[in-house]
Amino acid sequence: MSALVEVRGLRRRFGRVTAVDGVSFDVRPGETLGIVGESGSGKTTTARLMLRLLHADAGEVRFAGEDVTRAGRARLKALRREMQMIFQDPYSSLNPRRSVGSIVAEPFAVHGLLTGPGERRRAVQELMERVGLGAEHYNRFPHEFSGGQRQRVGLARALALSPRLIVADEPVSALDVSIQAQILNLLRDLRREEGIALVLISHDLSVVRHMSDRVAVMHAGRIVELADADRLYASPEHEYTRRLLQSVPRLAPSSPSSS
Amino acid sequence: MALLEVEGLRVRFDTEDGPLQAVDGVSLSVEAGRVLGIVGESGSGKSVTALATMGLVPGRIEGRARFEGRDLLALSPEEMRRVRGHEIAIVFQDPLSSLHPFYRVGRQLAEAVRVHQDVSRRAARARAVELLGLVGVPEPAERVDAYPHQLSGGMRQRAMIAMALANDPRLLIADEPTTALDVTVQAQILALLRRLQEERGMAIVIITHDLGVVAELADDVAVMYAGQIVERAPVERLFAAPEHPYTWGLLRSMPRLDVPRERELVPIPGRPPSLVHPPGGCRFHPRCPYVRDPHREVEPALEPVPGDEGHAVACLLDPATRRRLWREPAP
Repeated sequence: MSALVEVRGLRRRFGRVTAVDGVSFDVRPGETLGIVGESGSGKTTTARLMLRLLHADAGEVRFAGEDVTRAGRARLKALRREMQMIFQDPYSSLNPRRSVGSIVAEPFAVHGLLTGPGERRRAVQELMERVGLGAEHYNRFPHEFSGGQRQRVGLARALALSPRLIVADEPVSALDVSIQAQILNLLRDLRREEGIALVLISHDLSVVRHMSDRVAVMHAGRIVELADADRLYASPEHEYTRRLLQSVPRLAPSSPSSS
Repeated sequence: MALLEVEGLRVRFDTEDGPLQAVDGVSLSVEAGRVLGIVGESGSGKSVTALATMGLVPGRIEGRARFEGRDLLALSPEEMRRVRGHEIAIVFQDPLSSLHPFYRVGRQLAEAVRVHQDVSRRAARARAVELLGLVGVPEPAERVDAYPHQLSGGMRQRAMIAMALANDPRLLIADEPTTALDVTVQAQILALLRRLQEERGMAIVIITHDLGVVAELADDVAVMYAGQIVERAPVERLFAAPEHPYTWGLLRSMPRLDVPRERELVPIPGRPPSLVHPPGGCRFHPRCPYVRDPHREVEPALEPVPGDEGHAVACLLDPATRRRLWREPAP
């Protein structure tokens, strides 16, 4: 299977710090690739470089064979329809002065799509329903929503243009555990039902294991290990991966099966 | 006798929307030298419970909090200040909220010593170095002159714990002490707290949203929901035989390294209720998959679980039904 995204030799410095130091990996169509690491490991910078929200000092990113790193403006705009990002704190990425309906409709406006009367509103309502938000939320504003609902709004907006890839940067880190599970299940369903590839960036080893087909472990700007999730968690090869896994608190006695 | 005994604690805040009952009838006790974990999601009242006991929240406070026989809630602000930082110390999530950025760590530590003990500056500084060493800061004699920003997050949290230990408290309250830290650093801080607790026989109340942290550190656990304790148990009993449907929901919502990867997460539907207009009856009933009609009206009390020493639950389902439901697959 040919890769949807090919990342090769990606490098980026901030002042004297090399945040990303020669990172290469593929994202296959429809898979979930987890990128796990601690603060300062370079995982968020890698995500931003992938989508060209930051410029790389060296290396390249190809999306469906096309060079994202060197794409001209018009091509980049077209590529961005296919690659969307959601963030840890959806509030900071949602315009507080605009209603949720108009936030979710924004990608249509930017790309001049669905201009017929009522078309856009219908599409937005479908998207909102898709992520579990009722039509009654259409005219509300972000501050009226809980963290979990805001993450749903961000996801509805990301889905608007039917992307082939979503990059999610710590999408559930700010949420309570019961709400986390709602959002994780939603992301899993989207992948299963629509075949969207997901790059999940997280510091949480349990979340990454649960969600991912393959996992990359980042440390000090490099990928130190990349493997199928089952393999990586069952028999980690790298000393740093082992140290990370040993640090995760265990819930002592195992509870009865609950699925 | 318990070191700290909280009885019928109620805390109410006035908000624009009306009075908000953040804590509603919480009773708990902490034995000397034991670790109590208070676990709950945001808004459950877990922090407010601890902070109100320490006289650190505004609002209307009712109930009693006996610490070695004295009611903390009846102390004057002056008396309370003497207890705080001396017999009871607190560590917060963000050390920068408690460490002043302009002063060297050692000076702040020495001041914490001198507030409660009549010692010379030189002796206080020596004590500061000793405390930093005790909490595992490498090269304490040099780090004592560092400013907070020159230390990593983990080192700052160690410095905060050192400050909390300055006066040999009998009780340490730790409010999400590892939430802002990386997982490898979290493991070190939890090990440090465990070691200090064992070596000094200090009691700890650890407040956290993370059941993993509770499993690592706590002897006993109280699970809070919507301002009330819904379940209390020795830690191994809570994980082996949880009794409250909310606790089940938390356990089933969590991805875990020790269960098969394919196991589906079962989220708790809906959201925690408003504490300005809490639901009648059992507060969890609007989200509970096992709700029966009477549960919408009758408020459950925290009652002992028959045949399970130290385990208590506030649930209107009868014990045999609960045991059966927990073994069944989630609905």
